[in-house]
Amino acid sequence: MTNQIKYEVQDGIALITLDDPGRPMNVVSPEWLDEMNAAIDKIAADDSVKGAIITSGKAAFMAGADLKGILERMENNLSVAEALAFSHQATGMHRKLETCGKPFVAAINGLALGGGYELCLACHYQIVADDPKIKLGLPEVTVGLLAGSGGTQRLPRLIGIDKSVPMIVEGKTVGPAEALKLGMVNEVVPADQLLAAARKAIEAGIDPVRAWDKKGYRVKEGQGLLNPMQGFSYSVLAGKIAAKTWHNYPAPIVNLDAIFEGMLMPFDKALSVESKLFARLMTSPEARNIIRTSFVNKGLADKLVRRPEGIPKVSYKKIGVLGAGLMGSGIAHVAAKVGIDVVLLDSKIEFAEKGKNYSEKIVKKGLDRGTMTQDKADALLAKITPTVDYADLDGCDIVIEAVFEDIEIKADVTRKAEAVLPATAIYASNTSTLPISDLAKASVRPDRFIGLHFFSPVERMPLIEVISGKDTSQETLAQALDLVGQLRMTPVLVNDSRGFYTSRVFQTFIHEGMKLLEEGVDPGIIENAGKIAGMPIGPLELTDALTIELPWKIVKQSIAAEGDKYTLPCAYNVMKTMVEDEKRIGRRGDGGFYDYPAEGGKKIWPGLAKLYPVAPAAEQPDVKDIVRRYLHIQALETARCFEENVLTHAADGDLGSLLGWGFPGYTGGTLSYIDTVGIQQFVADCEAMAQKHGPRFKPSAWLKDRAARNVSFHGPNAG
Amino acid sequence: MAQAFIYDHVRTPRGRGRPDGSLHEVSSVLLAAQTLQALATRSNLDTALIDDVILGCAQPVGEQGGNIARGAVLQAGYAQTVAGQQVHRFCASALEAMNNAAMQVMTGAADAAIGGGVESMSRTLMGSDTGAWAADPWIAYHNYYAPQGIGADLIATRKGFSREDVDAYALESQKRAAKAWDEGRFSRSIVPVVDSLGQVLLDHDEYRRPDTTAESLASLKPAFTTFGKDYGFDAVAMQRYPAVLEVNHVHTAGNSSGIVDGAAVVLVGGEAFGNAAGLKPRAKIRAFTSIGSEQTIMLDGPVACVQKLLKRAGMQMSDIDLVEINEAFASVVMNFMSEMKVDHSKVNVNGGAIALGHPLGATGAMITGILLDELERRDLNTGLITLCAGNGLATATIIERV
Repeated sequence: MTNQIKYEVQDGIALITLDDPGRPMNVVSPEWLDEMNAAIDKIAADDSVKGAIITSGKAAFMAGADLKGILERMENNLSVAEALAFSHQATGMHRKLETCGKPFVAAINGLALGGGYELCLACHYQIVADDPKIKLGLPEVTVGLLAGSGGTQRLPRLIGIDKSVPMIVEGKTVGPAEALKLGMVNEVVPADQLLAAARKAIEAGIDPVRAWDKKGYRVKEGQGLLNPMQGFSYSVLAGKIAAKTWHNYPAPIVNLDAIFEGMLMPFDKALSVESKLFARLMTSPEARNIIRTSFVNKGLADKLVRRPEGIPKVSYKKIGVLGAGLMGSGIAHVAAKVGIDVVLLDSKIEFAEKGKNYSEKIVKKGLDRGTMTQDKADALLAKITPTVDYADLDGCDIVIEAVFEDIEIKADVTRKAEAVLPATAIYASNTSTLPISDLAKASVRPDRFIGLHFFSPVERMPLIEVISGKDTSQETLAQALDLVGQLRMTPVLVNDSRGFYTSRVFQTFIHEGMKLLEEGVDPGIIENAGKIAGMPIGPLELTDALTIELPWKIVKQSIAAEGDKYTLPCAYNVMKTMVEDEKRIGRRGDGGFYDYPAEGGKKIWPGLAKLYPVAPAAEQPDVKDIVRRYLHIQALETARCFEENVLTHAADGDLGSLLGWGFPGYTGGTLSYIDTVGIQQFVADCEAMAQKHGPRFKPSAWLKDRAARNVSFHGPNAG
Repeated sequence: MAQAFIYDHVRTPRGRGRPDGSLHEVSSVLLAAQTLQALATRSNLDTALIDDVILGCAQPVGEQGGNIARGAVLQAGYAQTVAGQQVHRFCASALEAMNNAAMQVMTGAADAAIGGGVESMSRTLMGSDTGAWAADPWIAYHNYYAPQGIGADLIATRKGFSREDVDAYALESQKRAAKAWDEGRFSRSIVPVVDSLGQVLLDHDEYRRPDTTAESLASLKPAFTTFGKDYGFDAVAMQRYPAVLEVNHVHTAGNSSGIVDGAAVVLVGGEAFGNAAGLKPRAKIRAFTSIGSEQTIMLDGPVACVQKLLKRAGMQMSDIDLVEINEAFASVVMNFMSEMKVDHSKVNVNGGAIALGHPLGATGAMITGILLDELERRDLNTGLITLCAGNGLATATIIERV
């Protein structure tokens, strides 16, 4: 036997230690399955072995499936038969373990998730170390899959349907104490007594035949819909899932179906049904898209995969934040949270102190909820120094400017800051719209000038758009990324362009929503189509939240900067009417597309129907067409960014769209969306839409050429 | 095709569908059997002339399962040759049963058949039969299933019916039902239900609240807010009806149909049967049909069903003298009146299920009987019966006095 597991026998008890030498975590892999099968055969055949313990040689017990490996298969369009075989392999090993005739004890020394916890479930007895950091669960649903090696069948048979639904359908994970309470493990013991407890359990005698393998076994809740209480409960669960997914994510309902169907059947039949459902999900574009972007590519981005090589890593101890408004305060907070000293500068001390007050409020909430200790709260707040004195920036390795979006004000701040900053310091602007190369003109060292575009609220939005200007050096880029890494946020790399990437593409969505008003589309349909598409909220509500003034100002700035070269957005008239004529700038004003009564709730502004009469119901467009308009226009604009080299990697486009403005996760992001639709279909759709809705949908020659050559953004045909 | 006639009909009074309701101690099969017995007795009917008894039942499980019609036939002491079958078209079951009886007569498959229905909602609780459409998670999810109350509230939302509107409708239903009882309009067809000792348990519709006021109705809480907001069914509704930004939950226990126990049967036969039995036909069954409509809103099918039926019968709404449309919820009837442009003075003139109760599988036969009695009382000619039903169904029938 070899290297994925260690096998030893002591006093008649076999000890299998999971310890993959090639990975930081143990994962389910074909090699590992082979070795486990061999070990089980050996234990079953060896009369001197009375039972076995499975534990891990790493801090974690087992993380579950190897998502990178799974994604590789998905990218190569694995067939249903291959997916089925993939599930059968793991299911077969677990079933062999479970029925080999000797008792197996899982000695869970660390986190056991997904396939890791499924292995524990296949054992006849589970003991977990008393470490609250250990998490147990079956979170496969969160990656668009299900626990396909018996997890959806063993858990409800052990702990009942009601308790297993949150674990399986929502992918909830729990610590040892709750696992014991739920019945997911048999014992919780101190970590240093784990193996001893496992031995003791085997010595005391464990039945190597599970209840469901005994003659005459009936599943306790096996009546299914013959039990009206179960019927009601399934009905409500289906409703809740539909309300949450808007029918966009197949995994939750398939997971519930696995429980529902499986509980009606004998165990082996249930396992076979589970495998089929697993294969269905594993071959779904949604699972592939979620795993690709939200897990694999996000993981790579978090590890700064795009950082230029060969440049020494910087660790920041003191940074400056210029401007203590909403963004500056948020940036100061996240930096202080990871232990960086922050000089928070504003033009008046009250403003700077108000910025620190932002952190005080967040910290107080944490204290009230018990999610933060007083020590940590004090330490965090001690890191933020409000000031009006530029001299305090002395010694900062980087400053992040977050002042008003005005090129003159920004230039003034740049000059004042650079006067006191060390020559090596990086100057980063948090502008969301002004070209970095223009702002860098005020700098005496444009090579050290970069854009770090944070999102609001900073403490809850993990994305940073890292924008290189014309003169930004590779060193500056690398070291700015080091700060992103230190803040534990996710970077996407963007080259300078008006609106960069996220602001530019995001606007196409709200513009499209506003344009529909002009076409007489019912505001309800405009808004719900957004949700049906998978966007977090409808475009009108979203625009109200930002204020209609914000995208309107961007239009005015763009006209001022580019003149005739600038193409007016399709929502130009609507924005102009709402802001200039009606003075309804949005939620922060006296309302926008909606009214926001003081007593709560929101209602479409009655005046809207006078400005934009709603066409009769029979003339309203099919909601599917609107959904397509929303998603296609954002994807098309992203493709333009890619074409113009604003984006250099498809993964950055995808990640930026998901984390930056809530483009739906099931699509995998704007460029994965094009792949999912199919580049040829996408281009054909866009051409038809350009005919019907206007030239904004016109695909470029570059994109048409890609379609002609069937080049995708990901997978084997990527280019 | 032979002509099918209605010769007679009877119904039980409606008992409150709870353990303290007067009919709770009577099993469903005995409720149906007593109704069949009453029908035979009052016409001095030779039951051997009947070919089939078809009973609707919307929860055909437990004591209501296993073909309750055949069980009731035997318990009623009908001739052994009388067959029995049970049909399930949710709330339209009893009307479908009567239509089915008519079809047998029209095609010559039977000389006479009884159609009707039974439901003891106090004994076999609503939801007992679960069903894939609503409860198999995979099917329910892809069926965009939402409970019927959500459909009723959705109809109100889309049509702009306010809480005051639906309450006003409910109040009128109570008033009309009270007047009907005061004037004895139901007395011709109600058969009291007796217990095992032969003592009368109930001889009137006991669910009614004649003292209902606008204020008492206004004080009731909306019944479907939890389903809509907490269980996610409002969002399901919006996925099907995206123009709706918020579902207005207006239906309450006071403006929705009542939960009751009851049974009703209608005697249908051809001309030859009438001669053999010495009975005179009271009405002919002129036309009937069923339809499937969008299942999430579920309850607006009567409009499309009646439009289809009128077209097939070569008739117009103005040809109809009186309408009985089941008051599943106030919005169902209000929507029908609005879409079909029919005046409330012609619709549910003796009140409806909001005041009297809705014994799911029996209601279709009950309202058919009420309509026929009323046509005779007012000496009018043509009547329409229609009901909405689960999962987007509706059935409608036109009868004409002879």
